[in-house]
Amino acid sequence: MNLATLPDSLLITQQLPQLHYTVTRDRFDESWRSPLSTLLGLGRAAGADFVEIFLERVNYINCLAEDDAITSISPSLSTGAGVRVFKGTGDCYVSTNDLSFNGLKTALEKGLSILGLTLPSPQSYIPEINLELLRDYAAVRGKDQWFDQCSPIREMGEVLLDANARVQSKASHLQSRRAVYFRDWQEVLVAASDGTFARDIRLTQSVGYSLLCADGEHRTSIGKRSGSTGQPDFLRTWNFESDAEEVAESAGKMLYADYVESGTYPIVMANQFGGVIFHEACGHLLETTQIERKTTPFMDKKGEKIAHENLTAWDEGLSPDAFGTLDMDDEGMPTQRTLLIENGVLKNFLSDRAGSIRTGHPRTGSGRRQNYTYAAASRMRNTYIAPGDYAVDDLFASIDKGIYCKNMGGGSVGATGQFNFAVSEAYLIENGAVTKPLKGATLIGEAVEIMNKISMCSQDLGLAAGFCGSVSGSIYVTVGQPHLKVDSITVGGR
Amino acid sequence: MAMSIDTVAEQAQDIAARLGIPKYDVYGAVVDETSAQVDHGEPKQVKASSRSGVTVRVWNDDGTVGITSTSDVDPLGLEMALKTAYDASLFGAKENIPGFSPEATAPIDHTPHDKAPQAPVAELIERLAAAESTLMKAHPAIAAVPYNGMAQRHIDRFYLNSEGARRQEGHSVASIYLYSKTEQEGKKPRSAGAFRVSRGLSELDIDGCVAETAEKTISHLGYQKVKSGKYPVVFSPDAFLSLVGAFSNLFNAQNVLDKQSLSTAESIGQAIASPLLSLCDDALHPENVGGESFDGEGTPTRRLTLIDQGVLANFMHSAGTAQRLGAQPTGHANIGAKVSVGRHFLHAFSGAPAEREYSLDNADGVIFIDDLQALHAGVQSLQGSFSLPFDGWLIENGKRISIESATVAGDILKVLQSILYVEKELELVGGGIAPRVWVDALSITGE
Repeated sequence: MNLATLPDSLLITQQLPQLHYTVTRDRFDESWRSPLSTLLGLGRAAGADFVEIFLERVNYINCLAEDDAITSISPSLSTGAGVRVFKGTGDCYVSTNDLSFNGLKTALEKGLSILGLTLPSPQSYIPEINLELLRDYAAVRGKDQWFDQCSPIREMGEVLLDANARVQSKASHLQSRRAVYFRDWQEVLVAASDGTFARDIRLTQSVGYSLLCADGEHRTSIGKRSGSTGQPDFLRTWNFESDAEEVAESAGKMLYADYVESGTYPIVMANQFGGVIFHEACGHLLETTQIERKTTPFMDKKGEKIAHENLTAWDEGLSPDAFGTLDMDDEGMPTQRTLLIENGVLKNFLSDRAGSIRTGHPRTGSGRRQNYTYAAASRMRNTYIAPGDYAVDDLFASIDKGIYCKNMGGGSVGATGQFNFAVSEAYLIENGAVTKPLKGATLIGEAVEIMNKISMCSQDLGLAAGFCGSVSGSIYVTVGQPHLKVDSITVGGR
Repeated sequence: MAMSIDTVAEQAQDIAARLGIPKYDVYGAVVDETSAQVDHGEPKQVKASSRSGVTVRVWNDDGTVGITSTSDVDPLGLEMALKTAYDASLFGAKENIPGFSPEATAPIDHTPHDKAPQAPVAELIERLAAAESTLMKAHPAIAAVPYNGMAQRHIDRFYLNSEGARRQEGHSVASIYLYSKTEQEGKKPRSAGAFRVSRGLSELDIDGCVAETAEKTISHLGYQKVKSGKYPVVFSPDAFLSLVGAFSNLFNAQNVLDKQSLSTAESIGQAIASPLLSLCDDALHPENVGGESFDGEGTPTRRLTLIDQGVLANFMHSAGTAQRLGAQPTGHANIGAKVSVGRHFLHAFSGAPAEREYSLDNADGVIFIDDLQALHAGVQSLQGSFSLPFDGWLIENGKRISIESATVAGDILKVLQSILYVEKELELVGGGIAPRVWVDALSITGE
């Protein structure tokens, strides 16, 4: 049998030390194609089933105003890479700050060796990885200019001081007032042995108030935060006047609030951040990472009714400028709009690459991570319950005695599907009317039970920015819902 | 990228001179880490990382300070960080400007432990898989160990400043956590976990972690609801330190100065807890495997009494807060544009002798809280209140009955004042070392 001679251009392992790639230091662009392609080919030649390289550059700044002074401006610059190697359903993730060719090669070798793979012999050919034409979401959407369009440091300080002055004029019994802003600019490049080659720039900003009010023994601390992606002028267009009024009003009401009496109540949860109930009670349990761990009661329920027939829920990365919006996920896949539950029936799970390999559920553009030190995992983006047919007043009118949960704190869900979250601003509902303010409430329940108790959804869908911590770190997300009624839930209190 | 303190010092000096920056300091760390998770004996995810980072502070001619952190520690990255910090300094705070710690060059009387050698990753996987297997054989109901991990880490850190301070040290840490889950027909799944930490893998108490996880998980199989009401509560060492740690603004001088504390500057010397309780922060406690001998400003760490037989004895300080409050730095600073203060390793112990001693062996109608959850959500640290879900048991005639689902609520200052008994036996947990602590009449919400 005669074999054709391989072309001279194919790399062999022993040529690697002679390679001198030149890449752009301050930008991820086409110049990274050759070195990344070589490294991916090297990983495949060593026997890996799949190799992915994630490059990240971050320029972050945080600005804090306390009372009438800027007390902290903290820039942070970061570059790093993560190399992920799959063999079968197992994988290894190696992260490094060293973005040189040799630094990335060292990370790759480490990942390969952990999986029991070794670099091929010096005479072995390195298969060519044909990376796609660079999918550059930053260039397509004009994101390369975003950084320069953001507020400079001086403007950050001016806005926050103006905001703090405004809230002082609105609130009473102020002990301290803080306005906090951050801007997180992130450039990412993903190259993978399936040909993925994609770049994006993300711009995430958040600004908000934190107030502490005290009057003798009465104390309350309350905050309000807004967030956005993709809006360079976000800070200079922040409507701090209305936020100042809202947070001052809430603080005034909560300062003298009584502790909630513990028990089981029907509740009305406000729209926007009220969506944390779905995020904790159901959203996390629809991530394939939970299926892999067998820690979700919904793992074999696709196509089955898992919630009240009045409940439909989505997770998506597409809402303009929302806090969880992305053009592509951290594995280079375009994000999408994923229907989770339709009229109570489970339709889809959220899946990343590893989740897809291990559970069979298709990828949904949900592979996300805090930064290069984490492997991507299936995570939520903008998650919300769809609006229903009821008017908000209908929900209150249906309750003789219950709790109105107007503002929520954070929450969590455990390995058995038990969830909890704190209520930072609550009111008693008596005979269909909202009456006195209450504090100190924590809601707890079981996911499988509570989803069937969300019986009424109003028409006023609203979204709110949040932070979600899980296996791949802390990420920016949106939670959301219309006002909704839960027929009964355990309320922890005094 | 490997980072040598001598190289960083030389580079920083050269770049600062070129940029006309007369006064600066640099804090940095290098972390090498490997970790593994397993699933039914197979490696699930293995991670390795080698990361370095520095934080630079510069003082401009007007004396205001700017700061920048970077993971890009080559000369170009360091120069960018110094430039950015200088730019930020032009907008730095005009009041209470931090300076170098007066103790940044003080001698440190501490002999660091040698770093333990890192084991091959295959050994991590093998040992963790064996632990998982043993745990799953401990009881037929234990169906999985969905959360598990074994990690080993080398950490090197340094501090230097333009007035000649130069400190560095390294340590190693190995750890394991196991969190098992049960499945039984007609019953809700139950779960429990345990954690161990040591200086190296060879010293890691894996068997103890397996045994504790199994024992706790099995104890939760026969669960019941608990009636809502007021109960005497026993906090496990972990739960007690978690709760105290969530309200550490009580001891934090920066929080006091910012009016973000339940204490005021005048609180020192006041009784804030039962005399039965004493509490220290002790970075160099022999049981603290990650003990650090200097803080982010180069100040030596030390044992600091926070509560002495119920009386608030000291605040934790940075150099700046110490200066403002007329105290000594205590080695609790974290470098930043605004230097923050944080605890290292809490040590709670019995203070004044107790008039009556209690034991779980013959307790009745007592709630034993093993693990507090969702502290990030259920603690109102500036109000002093908490309402938290927990894992635990109702103790009836000395027997433990697992509680299905419940919350505990109260006020931290009332909790500290209502301590009935501080047991003697100490247990090493994540945030420090402590005994079990008995507290009177806390609100429990069950059914």
